[in-house]
Amino acid sequence: MVLVTINSKEYEAAPDETVLEVCKKNNIFIPTLCHHPSITPYSSCRLCIVEVTQKGWTKLTASCSLPVKEGMIIATNSPHVQNGRKILMELYLARCPTSEQIKELANKLEVQKTRFKTYTDPDNKCILCGLCVRVCNEVMKVKALGFAHRGAKREIAVPFQEFSHVCMTCGACAFVCPTQCINLSKLSPNKPVPLTSDFDAGMAQRGAIYTQFPQAIPNVPVIDKKACMYALNGTCKSCENFCEKDALKHGQEDKEIKVDVGSVIISPGFDTYEPPKGDSYGYRIFPNVLTSIEFERMISSSGPYKGHLARISDGQPPKKIAWLQCVGSRDESCDRQYCSSVCCMYATKEAIIAKEHLPGVDTHIYFMDMRSFGKDFEKYYDRAKDEYEVVYRRCRIPQVEQDRKTKHLSIRYVDDDGALKKESYDMVVLSVGLQPCKDLAEMSKILEVNLNRYGFIETDPFFQVKTSRKGIYASGTVTEPKDIPESVTQASAAAGEAAKDIAALRGTEIIQKVYPDEKNVSNENPRIGVFVCHCGINISGVVDVKKIVAVAQTLPFVVYADDSLYTCSQDSNEKIKEKIKELGLNRIVIASCTPRTHEPLFQDTLREAGLNPHLFEMANIRDQNSWVHKNNPLSATEKAIDAVRMAVAKASDLSPIHHAKIPVVNRALVIGGGISGMQAALSIADQGYETTLVEKESDLGGHLKEIYLGAQGEKPQVLLKQTIEQIMSHPHIQVFTNTVVDHISGYVGNFTTTLLVKKEMSPATIQHGVIIVATGGLPYEPTEYQYNKSKDVLTQTAFEKDLFEEKSYLKNLKEVAMIQCVGSRNEDHPYCSRVCCSEALKNALRFKELNPDATVYVLYRDIRTYGFREDLLYQKARKNGILFIRFEDDHEPEVTLTDGKIMVKTRDTLLRRELHLHPDKLVLSTGIIPQDNTELAQQLKVPLNEDAFYAEAHVKLRPIDFSADGIFLCGLAHSPRFIEESILQAKATGARAATILSKEYLETKGNVARVISRNCVGCQLCVEICPYDAITFDEEKKVVIVNEILCQGCGACCVVCPSGVSQQNTFTKRQIVSMIDAYLE
Amino acid sequence: MSEEKKEHKKEDFEPKIVGFLCNWCSYAGADLAGTSRIQYPPNVRIIRVMCSGSVDSMYILRALLEGADGVFVGGCHPGDCHYIDGNYKARRRTVLLENILGTLGLEKERVWLRWISASEGQKFADTMKDMTEAVRKLGPNPIAKHWNL
Repeated sequence: MVLVTINSKEYEAAPDETVLEVCKKNNIFIPTLCHHPSITPYSSCRLCIVEVTQKGWTKLTASCSLPVKEGMIIATNSPHVQNGRKILMELYLARCPTSEQIKELANKLEVQKTRFKTYTDPDNKCILCGLCVRVCNEVMKVKALGFAHRGAKREIAVPFQEFSHVCMTCGACAFVCPTQCINLSKLSPNKPVPLTSDFDAGMAQRGAIYTQFPQAIPNVPVIDKKACMYALNGTCKSCENFCEKDALKHGQEDKEIKVDVGSVIISPGFDTYEPPKGDSYGYRIFPNVLTSIEFERMISSSGPYKGHLARISDGQPPKKIAWLQCVGSRDESCDRQYCSSVCCMYATKEAIIAKEHLPGVDTHIYFMDMRSFGKDFEKYYDRAKDEYEVVYRRCRIPQVEQDRKTKHLSIRYVDDDGALKKESYDMVVLSVGLQPCKDLAEMSKILEVNLNRYGFIETDPFFQVKTSRKGIYASGTVTEPKDIPESVTQASAAAGEAAKDIAALRGTEIIQKVYPDEKNVSNENPRIGVFVCHCGINISGVVDVKKIVAVAQTLPFVVYADDSLYTCSQDSNEKIKEKIKELGLNRIVIASCTPRTHEPLFQDTLREAGLNPHLFEMANIRDQNSWVHKNNPLSATEKAIDAVRMAVAKASDLSPIHHAKIPVVNRALVIGGGISGMQAALSIADQGYETTLVEKESDLGGHLKEIYLGAQGEKPQVLLKQTIEQIMSHPHIQVFTNTVVDHISGYVGNFTTTLLVKKEMSPATIQHGVIIVATGGLPYEPTEYQYNKSKDVLTQTAFEKDLFEEKSYLKNLKEVAMIQCVGSRNEDHPYCSRVCCSEALKNALRFKELNPDATVYVLYRDIRTYGFREDLLYQKARKNGILFIRFEDDHEPEVTLTDGKIMVKTRDTLLRRELHLHPDKLVLSTGIIPQDNTELAQQLKVPLNEDAFYAEAHVKLRPIDFSADGIFLCGLAHSPRFIEESILQAKATGARAATILSKEYLETKGNVARVISRNCVGCQLCVEICPYDAITFDEEKKVVIVNEILCQGCGACCVVCPSGVSQQNTFTKRQIVSMIDAYLE
Repeated sequence: MSEEKKEHKKEDFEPKIVGFLCNWCSYAGADLAGTSRIQYPPNVRIIRVMCSGSVDSMYILRALLEGADGVFVGGCHPGDCHYIDGNYKARRRTVLLENILGTLGLEKERVWLRWISASEGQKFADTMKDMTEAVRKLGPNPIAKHWNL
């Protein structure tokens, strides 16, 4: 180590360092143009001059090539240096008067204009620093570039002024050029191919080292070996000069790792359909034709366009956008006969968001059938039409044309009156479908599981997580295209099944970390240690870390403050532990990055040192400071000091928090004995937990008892029989039939429920840890279409039973008509019942098998056979001659009875005329309506949605959880759905339940509310505002009590408490106020 | 005293803003502005809270009385609250608070409630820019110097 004096301050430096390096490390500004850490210093730009005093005389010398020497005295900003730099800057300005970078640097050095004559070529931007030549020679080892001529004619050139044959178009020269004046097209005949981000759908560029997407786990950069110059040629490695932590491992090879597992889950997701270049939509030829994924990135506020809608061709905001549905879906010509299930809704969403980002933009969606079949989807569709004025046009578009000059796109379509029309758009979005991911075929071979005819993983028709191989499960879009809630549900179901196979070994491979006993600090005054992080140069490159430390040392209760290069590194953590022990620190403040990523790590350090982990506070001086104020180091330092001041103020008031442990009753209560309830019970019991199944009827089975036919020949009644047998013989399942839930009390892990068993006097009481709500739904009982007035008008359920029993009358029928959406998508029931389209087609197909000569009409609004049902039912029905007649929403068919004969009057939208049908039988496709859920919902304290089905905690992310902990939801009680979908939800609740039942005890969260009961006046405002019913009123003592297990720590109660007795741990009023005071006082 | 001198020159005035950000959305959004290196004025001092619904109006008033020129509250978008409806609670409270601010002679534009999600780093930075400029236009907090209770 050598000691040098820079600007009258001593600094330590390694003997091989240059003066410039030492200055940079210590955050001393020296301007440079020709310097790059990967390239040998060349001292050509001269801007880095410093004044060196040696042996009594001083000289100006370039710091980039000046090695440090013991006792060197350096001035980086003396008047002499400043004058020298100013003259140099004027010379540069004269040479490159138009370069933005030179102008910017001149401005920084306070040079406004040049006194010298402007260079002969005023557009010249090259300063002849030679960085490009050196990077090409030294780093890339290509030597494609060199200097040509001498004196005033000197320039950068390729040999003989011809295209270089050795140039790899790697772009390093252009990258390092300080004035961005390198044009690669003048150097090489090869066009450089920019690397694009897959995550941004190719709309943004990326480097050869990049983070795959912002939320990637683990969130570390990767090296693209196909683009990395070191991987390709063994050159470059420039990145190593920038990583201070030496984290780059170029030698890393792919490794084969062997893991012994008991079960496997396949969830590789999907790929989107890529329209072939040159097809009739002009994708990749017309710039303003985008796929929906590209559009999605465009409207994302964190995407490449920052959420600003713009035409690719000219960057102008579009005035009119069209979405074309079913691109790569429902299309035999591209071998995708299935429906992708999600495109109708995402196009609707994109159209709405487009309107929100760009008010006044016209959004038109061209579609065939609107498939808004999911829970609350129909309402979203209605809102798009009515509130956002999204225009829906029922027409499949074959072709997009482009105006060569304006790049406007035009579409021909047939309107409702059958007229051919043409409309022009600024942008066309192709709603591309979902397809099996690229490597799935290979993966399926390795795993020895079957694929279905569409190339997705084949699953059991009723148990859609089971693959063809025992022990291997699949979830998500790998089995069939589906939306987020279905994927999340299926994922939980797969987890439950996988866990079931290895249930006996649960917990056997867990190693518990042992912490030292916690030191009691309650009688001590605060002794705060402040640790400030440089984060390499991430923080210290902007913020004056030393100054923060100096201020921190003066703050009340602070006994120790220091800085470190990386506070999160292992040695720094060891040091924190040492200091805690050595100085008896009892509160720790760390000023570094964000608590959202690093709080757990530091809290663990505290625990390892015997301190309660909540005696800890973080000041965010990187993510919310140095990274966002890099041009404002003085204010950033001030802000960082305030942040530390505030954190110290809060820390001095922190007290230890002990998480209460509450034992869990390892039993589940399942309410409802239909297929959902039974499968949920089986899933839980198979994992080894006691389960009580309650059914209000005298026998199990629910509505499955009325379903006889499967769409692909599967047998629902066999499933029912097997399931009941499994339930009745299961050692862990206790069944109560003829039983209703009378009263539920308690909370997650500790519920007490009384059950009323019909015909028995005494109620049964059970203790349990979780509740599964599987109370089912009801069939809609029609009042329309002459139902109940003629025996020839029947429901699909009744018709299905007759078909199953192959009743003789079926063969004599000549005409059968089916009417869809009976009791669905209307004013009384504004939702879609999801299953009726498929049920009708399933029955229609079966009927055609029995009676091929009969005519079957299906009167519908939209056929919603999503997923593979599109091919298995709809396309098959059309091929089998079933006739589809569409009616408008406001033109429902009319049914009249004349002498017992049925007449159906309907307006066919395709023929645009009224049809009169005289079917022998009229089958009504009735919807599913909710049970009367109000009473049980009140007992459970869970909400219902507008349609009176139960409302889950989060539509997409927690589709089968309630917001109340420990209560889960499946089957028709959730929303209308198919048998296999109900089973998936049921299995999923089993997995969710196990997350609680597998624990011996539940631990309270750290930042829960607590009430100082002696000061509570019993006003109960907090009881009312708590969204989790975690606060109850003790009638005897007239005070409120917080249930710490139920409390999620939102702090709402603390705000309403008029006497301030409700306080949130680690966010108490005193702590927050002390932070405000620390800043403003 | 230097503060008061500054008040005379409005263009030199650097507003002091206290920002209460909910842990799940806005605080994460502010972090994302950082990871995306989106620059914004350094006038805000951020206090992390678990939910915008836990921001007591007392905090906001106290900050204003102690001399903050503006107070920012950031919560999750409607429907996205980690605690079901804490952001709606914050909204109700802010409407009430705006009336109280009037009686104190303060412009209601000194208190901003905005929905910023974890993915909206750009929006956070833009909001900070807008708010700093808006408060700069309003000028220094007029009641700060009358605070001598």
